[in-house]
This record gives sequence, C-alpha cells and structure tokens, in this order.
Amino acid sequence: MDLRRTFLIFVPFAWLLLLFLIPFGIVLKISLSDIALSIPPYTPQLDLSAGWSGIVEYFQALDLENYVFLTQDNLYFLAYMSSVQIAFISMVITLIVGYPIAYGMAKAPDHWRPTLMMLVILPFWTSFLIRVYAWMGILSQEGFLNQFLLWIGIIDTPLTILNTNWAVYIGIVYTYLPFMILPIYAALEKMDGSLMEAAEDLGCSQTSAFWLVTFPLSRPGVIAGCFLVFIPALGEVVIPSLLGGSQTLMIGKVLWEEFFSNRDWPVASAVAVILLLILVIPIVLFQRNEQKQREAGR
Amino acid sequence: MAQQQKKTVFEPWEDPSEKPIIRFKNVTKRFGDFTAIDNLTLDIYRREFFALLGPSGCGKTTLMRMLAGFETPTSGSILLDDKDIAAVPPNKREVNMMFQSYALFPHLTVYDNIAFGLRRSSMPKADIPGRVEQMLRLTQLTQFAKRKPHQISGGQRQRVALARSLAKAPKLLLLDEPLGALDKKLRNETQFELMDIQEKTGTTFVIVTHDQEEAMTVASRVAVMDQGRIVQVATPDRIYETPNSVYVADFIGDVNLITGKAYPGTGEQVEIHWGEAQAPIRANTSKSLAAGAEVKFAIRPEKIGIASEPPQDAANVVQGKVLDIAYLGNISTYHVELPSGDVLKAQATNSRRISRRNITWDDTVWLFWTDTAGIVLTE
Repeated sequence: MDLRRTFLIFVPFAWLLLLFLIPFGIVLKISLSDIALSIPPYTPQLDLSAGWSGIVEYFQALDLENYVFLTQDNLYFLAYMSSVQIAFISMVITLIVGYPIAYGMAKAPDHWRPTLMMLVILPFWTSFLIRVYAWMGILSQEGFLNQFLLWIGIIDTPLTILNTNWAVYIGIVYTYLPFMILPIYAALEKMDGSLMEAAEDLGCSQTSAFWLVTFPLSRPGVIAGCFLVFIPALGEVVIPSLLGGSQTLMIGKVLWEEFFSNRDWPVASAVAVILLLILVIPIVLFQRNEQKQREAGR
Repeated sequence: MAQQQKKTVFEPWEDPSEKPIIRFKNVTKRFGDFTAIDNLTLDIYRREFFALLGPSGCGKTTLMRMLAGFETPTSGSILLDDKDIAAVPPNKREVNMMFQSYALFPHLTVYDNIAFGLRRSSMPKADIPGRVEQMLRLTQLTQFAKRKPHQISGGQRQRVALARSLAKAPKLLLLDEPLGALDKKLRNETQFELMDIQEKTGTTFVIVTHDQEEAMTVASRVAVMDQGRIVQVATPDRIYETPNSVYVADFIGDVNLITGKAYPGTGEQVEIHWGEAQAPIRANTSKSLAAGAEVKFAIRPEKIGIASEPPQDAANVVQGKVLDIAYLGNISTYHVELPSGDVLKAQATNSRRISRRNITWDDTVWLFWTDTAGIVLTE
C-alpha cells in the first residue's frame, strides 16, 4: 500500500524533474555563462577530463553579467512592461467579451448547452498557428475585413490593422477566449437558480440581483479565467511575431530574437529566467484561488 | 353559544364580515398544452396558516409561485388586499418566500443574509441592525450571525431562511416545502417552532407541502389539490373526519373503502348493501341519496374496533380472520380478511404489553363500529 502510494507520487515528480526542473537548471546555467563563438554558443563548458580543478574552474567562470546587462539596456524593461500591459488589457477585454457568452451559455436551455460548449471548444481542433495565419488573411490591407468594410461603404481607404498592437489584441483575445469562458461557465452553471429568485423576492431588480448575487458567486471562475488568460498571454510569442508590427514590444518576441537572431543564448536565458520569476507571482495567486475554492466547496 | 365560540376559536372564514387578504378569482395557468391551475377560486384570510397539500404535479407550487410573482396567471385575477397583483413584479410585492432549497446566499454571512432584503427596502440604515437582531433572537440564531451558510447545520439554515423571509415583515409569507430537507425528528420540532413564530409575528403563512401530517399539524386550514383543482378546503379535523371525496379520504391518512348500494332509511340513516351474504352497513349521512345509488363507504382504521368475542349491541359487526398484524409500537394495525375476500384494516392502541395480546395471526375476530363512525361518499 505504502509502496503504491510512493510510486503514485513518484511518477509526477519524476515527470516534473525530467521535463521542467532539469531543463530549467540548464537554462539557469546558460544564463550565468558568457557568449562565445562555438557550438554550443557559450562558455564555460564542463570539462570532466581536467578532474576536480576543471569543475572548480567551471563554477568560477559563472557570473551574473547577463542579468546586469538586462538592467543596462532598457529595451528589456520596456519589453517586460509592455508585455504586462498587453497581457492585462487583453485579459480585461477577454473578460468583457467572455462573461456574457458564459452567462448566456449557463442560462441556455439544457439541451442547447452541449452544442454551445462544443462551439466554444471547436477552434482547438485546428492548429493554433493556422488560425493565427487565418487572422493575417482577415486583417491585412486587402484582407476580408477591409474588403467588407469598403464594400458596405463605412471606409474609403483600407484600415491598417495587421502589424499593429490592435492585431495583437485581436489575436490574443480570440485565442484565449475559451480559457475565460469555460471557468466562468462552470461557476455560473452550478449556481442554484432559486438564488436569483430569492434576491428578486427580497426586493432586488434583475440588474442589482446580478451584481449582488450572480457576479460575486461567479468570482472564483472570473479569477481563474483571468489567470488562465494573463499567464500565457504574458509570454506569448507567436501572436506578436505574426500579427504585431516592429513597434510591438513583447518579451516573448525579444526572447525569440535573442535566441535565434542574435544567437546570444546566455542573455536569452537570463530573459527567460526573469520572465519565469515574474510569472511566479500570478501563478501562486492562481493556485491559492483554486485552493480556496476547493475548501469552500467542501 | 356561537358567539362565545368565535372569541376563542380562530375561524375568519366563517365570519362574513371578515375580508380575505388573498383572493384567487377563476385563476387558470397553462404552460403550453399543460393546465397547471384550472379555474381556481380561493380565499385566504389574515393571520391564517394555510396549507396547500397535494401530490407532486398537482399545481400547488405553481399557485405559490403566482403569489410570489414568478408566474402570471393565464386568466383570472389574484387580489392582495383587494388590489390585483398580476402586473406587480416580485421585488415590488409585499410577499416574501422561503424557498425549498432555502436559497441562502453562500457568499454572505447569516447576518447579511437576513439584512439583504432590509437593505433593498426603504428602511432607514440605522434601523436595520435592530431588526436583524430581533429576527436572530426570534429564530435563536444570535450566536451564528457571523457564520456563512455552509458553516451551520441544516436546521439552522432552515431558520436563517425563515428569518430572512420574515425580516421585511411581509403581508404574506410563502413557504415552499420548508421542512422537506430535515430529518423526521427535527421536522416535528420545527413544525411547532413555525407555528409559534407564525403566532408571534401575526403574519399570514401559506405553506406548500406534500406531507399530509405536516399540513395537519401546522395549518389552520388545508386545501387538498389534485390536477390543478382544489378538491376540498377545510380545517384539518374536518378534512380528516369528513372528507368530501374518495380522493381526499384516500390522500389523508389511512382509510378502508367499501363499495356498495345505498338504501336511505328514516332521517339521516342509510343502509349500504355490499358483498354477498353480508349484513348491510348502517351509517348516517346528510346527503340525499336515491335508493340503489352506488356509493363508497369510508371508515378510518382507528374507528373500527376488534374483538375476539362477538360484541354486544354494536351497530355494525363483521366476522373475519386476521391476515396480518403491523406492530407500530404505540398502535397495531390488524389486516382482517372477510369471508367475501375483502380486507379491512382495524387499529387498536397497544395499552397492554405485546406478550399479553390476545389476538394473533389466523384468529377469528369480530370487527365492529358505530353508525356514525364512517362516512358515505358519492364522488
């Protein structure tokens, strides 16, 4: 019995160790190294043939130089701030768009709900990359959106949407909408309908009943949805690269460029480590929210 | 004599000068093809504890939801204090409801739950704490004021729901199966608490229940419903002793039903001929019956005596064999098979210890009852 339990705990731990902790250790090590024209493009390399002195030398060569560099060039600071801003605004828009959808789904007749749920999940059946490319086709100067707007005569000259921050917001909100809808829907769907009736019976209008009862009760779902959008949006790289323009500054994009354009692995690794540290705060808050919800549900 | 009785007994429905607080006038409610309430007319009086009783689907909940304002009648009118309330939304009605699920707000404390309605009312802010305290005392919840609903027991939740619905001092309080979620012992205690609170506050209560015992215990009058209609409205004792139909007799309590043909005698006397080779049942009825009319004779098991010797001078005596004995502790129900094959139930209190009981299985026994014990039903 005890052996089985140990085994059950061991499996996920081994998984985490292998696929998260060890790679993270490697990234951390690279971030403390120096750039070099070699394969791989950084020093020091561990030289076990030199014995103990080789290991000592190896550790002595590690330093925080790259982190100091991040503070000297304000590109990184601006990129982090801009990422937080874009992720936060996207999260708010996603909430504003997603809440009514989730509410409508929860209020829909029972036999409609599986279909509506299906429609929310359906986009996941196509590759994320293909869907982002599809948005390029919609948002470009001669894309479907501009053609349509020109045709109905709202505009005379095509709008420039693609390669601006607008396109990034559209892309992020579109991509992460289901992550907002589903937890809110889950919270609203299990709510007892008689609570709204009780609020009305006690003198609330339908609007005030919503703000006094429905919304506070769906708050755990709202918080979960916000984190599920904010956390991945912060490190998003594909959407700003494909839909954003040259002025779109996001840390994921910077990271990509450091790695693949500059081939500066040590600085790129330092950027990644800082990004992880920034994400730890919302992730911990998210975990705490989930924990609290589980306790309240008991 | 009648004058004197009026002072002591609460019977506003017998007093023509008394005005009902609620009037249903030819109310019909349809959901698509389904008729939930069928041309129903009913008066409920101030300070009454009125019970709507019936099996599920009989329309009692629809009736209550129309009073609360969650449903509107398809036709007919509902008057509260002589004002038609059909167009008044639930939040503007001086009617409050205690929900079957209690519908307590899980994110608010007991105190805030009770204060919820008061904060939406015109009551000055300074008066709210006093009123909430008063409700907490009434329902003995003072020490739980700061708890959340999931931190208290089912019985306490039930009292919070009651306090919340009473806090605004509504003209009418609706209770939807208020004790359904409680276990039997707690339910019995709570029934008396409910009656006590109803008397203290003087509020008119309308309770919906499918539990006939509960309706009988708490209510001043009971309306028995079936398929959207009211079959009988009367005090609990009249509902039990003089049901107006086989449906009511069968729904409330246990009853023996015997089908036969009525032959009226002198005055209120009637003889009911039934079964082959059985002496006719002698009974009393105020109904005027044609000779030979088909009737049902209904008699409660506790009104039938059982004896191991033929009894002297009883109006009705039948002989039979004990088929089964249901021992319930305080009483026993004897299932007695008559020579005709009919089975009658008779009840006797177990005033003696069981070891000294003189009737047992397969014994030949005599069942007997007086001519006023049963009642003759034609519908």
